Amino acid sequence: MDPEHNEPVLQVQGLAVGYGDQDVQHDVSFDVKRGSIFAIMGPSGCGKSTLLKALIGLLQPSAGAVRYGARDYWALEQGQRDDFGRGFGVLFQGGALWSSMTAAENVALPLQMFTPLGVAVIDSLVQLKLSLVGLDSGRGSMPADLSGGMRQRVGLARALALDPQILFLDEPSAGLDPIAAKRFDDLILQLRDGFGVTVVMVSHELPSLFGICDDGVFLDAATHTAIAHGAPSRLRDSCDNPTVHAFMLRERPAGNEAPA
Amino acid sequence: MTVASDNPRLTTQVNGGDTLVTLTGDWTTQDDGSAAASTAALFDRKELTAIEFDSSRLGRWDSSLLVYLSAVRNGAAPRSIRVDDSGIPIAARRLLALLQPQAAPPAAPPRRPMFVERLGLRAIAQWCELRAVTGLVGGQLLQTGAALTGRARMRRVDFVGCMYDAGIAALPMVALVNVLVGAILAFVGAIELRRFGADIYIANLVGLAQVREMAAVMTAIVMSGRTGGAYAAEIASMQGSDELDALRVLGIPLHDYLVLPRVLALTLMTPILYLYGSAIGILGGFAVAVSMLNISPELFVAQTRSAVTMHQIAFGLTKSIAFGALIALAGCRIGLKAGRSATDVGHAATRAVVVSIIGIIMLDAVFAVCANALDM
Repeated sequence: MDPEHNEPVLQVQGLAVGYGDQDVQHDVSFDVKRGSIFAIMGPSGCGKSTLLKALIGLLQPSAGAVRYGARDYWALEQGQRDDFGRGFGVLFQGGALWSSMTAAENVALPLQMFTPLGVAVIDSLVQLKLSLVGLDSGRGSMPADLSGGMRQRVGLARALALDPQILFLDEPSAGLDPIAAKRFDDLILQLRDGFGVTVVMVSHELPSLFGICDDGVFLDAATHTAIAHGAPSRLRDSCDNPTVHAFMLRERPAGNEAPA
Repeated sequence: MTVASDNPRLTTQVNGGDTLVTLTGDWTTQDDGSAAASTAALFDRKELTAIEFDSSRLGRWDSSLLVYLSAVRNGAAPRSIRVDDSGIPIAARRLLALLQPQAAPPAAPPRRPMFVERLGLRAIAQWCELRAVTGLVGGQLLQTGAALTGRARMRRVDFVGCMYDAGIAALPMVALVNVLVGAILAFVGAIELRRFGADIYIANLVGLAQVREMAAVMTAIVMSGRTGGAYAAEIASMQGSDELDALRVLGIPLHDYLVLPRVLALTLMTPILYLYGSAIGILGGFAVAVSMLNISPELFVAQTRSAVTMHQIAFGLTKSIAFGALIALAGCRIGLKAGRSATDVGHAATRAVVVSIIGIIMLDAVFAVCANALDM
């Protein structure tokens, strides 16, 4: 592998996140390498999405640092953070589409706001992004008229609108049927290979984790910190931690069996 | 032969029927030129049979390169021109493969109905709305009876919460508006009445105007803005997050659970607020009259008591009960039929306020005509 491939694009160091005085996670550290698909894993309610919020500027961490390249993200001024954040593409849970705009307008808005491009070019870019995610026909539909999977794909098209360097996905395949979820995973792989984006995804869908993620971190709900690092498939095969083991094999942790 | 195109990042080299397109420099959406590259010049030549690419000097690229390449591909297909994509970066080729070769033509816009058709549809919609509102009002009347005997599926805690919202929480606003209206009435009246030496009738003016009209109407307008709009917005946003569907599948009647406590609370609270508003309004008038005119406080009070009869108060009370019911029904009805988007919530709130205020004024006119006919 070439050396550029190994250089971390995102470094999280001793991060603590939470609401009020309550830390949801503390002392979380990991590196995300350029071009990798990185998984933030863990049981429901362990603070995966909260951690993601700290990475994309929605929640100030209570301790630690988030570094993009050489830059300490949370040490920047608010305005610089906003500028920097335009290099992120974020797909929120359920798409978070703007409900008063059509699918095409949802994708067009970032382009209209932040590029010097004309109407015709924006239109062709929107067409391109929507057909990249396989949604040629739905461009004029309102979000309320789209199915969950379609909304998810429009959300991905919107996240890709500004050709981001890093793509953050919050539960991308939650609520999709297995075929749609597989198709979505393939799409993420193809986009990573095509655009060379780095993908950070929050997920607890095992097939997705094993299928596409090549690195990751496992957050524990009980100890409130990261308890394992590495690719999901490697964690499944070789991690001794009982919680991680149970999670990866879809079992009840030892000592928590159902009464016979 | 080399043809310089209108785009600096693109040179085309023609060799018989073959054209070699050389891509150079950066192709990013951050600068206007590259993404706007036109394919028209490429397809001008009739004898073109194949297009090849050379990307050895291509710099950074993103979607704008894909826009160009897919335009070339889509332009070439109907002319049966062969596109050799082996010169394109492998990553771009993969992304291009994701794109359907030919975008489906956009669906024809739906036919705009004719005037008569639109008029008819509109009339039918209005008729349906009238039926729905009648049903809602009738249902509320029946359910009110049920609620009084404790048979409706209304939770006491909701009812009390609604009463608090529509009652005590509204007191400061109702007080402020009414005290100012009373004072303004006294100001306006004072100037005119002083010219006739009829200073003392300021008490009649303020008392009658407040009790018969102003307190009822102003209180209702305040309530339609703060409570009617809130009802519509709340129910509309519940619609957007499927909360209403969750109530429906549990078999909890929306009218009992959502509409009834709101309508009852507002219908009960508006007359109380009206009484409070009348008193506060008269107080505002009193302050102005006593400080500006040559009237003693005792005289003002005595004159007010003789001018404002129980009949007048009953008339105002009746009106404010009707106004309260109207505001609550309009707010709930508009919230229930709102759409699911964020804009729809805003529209519902606006519509509820507008419909309530227009309804209040119209209802007030009806009351005035009736009172006139009954000689009250």
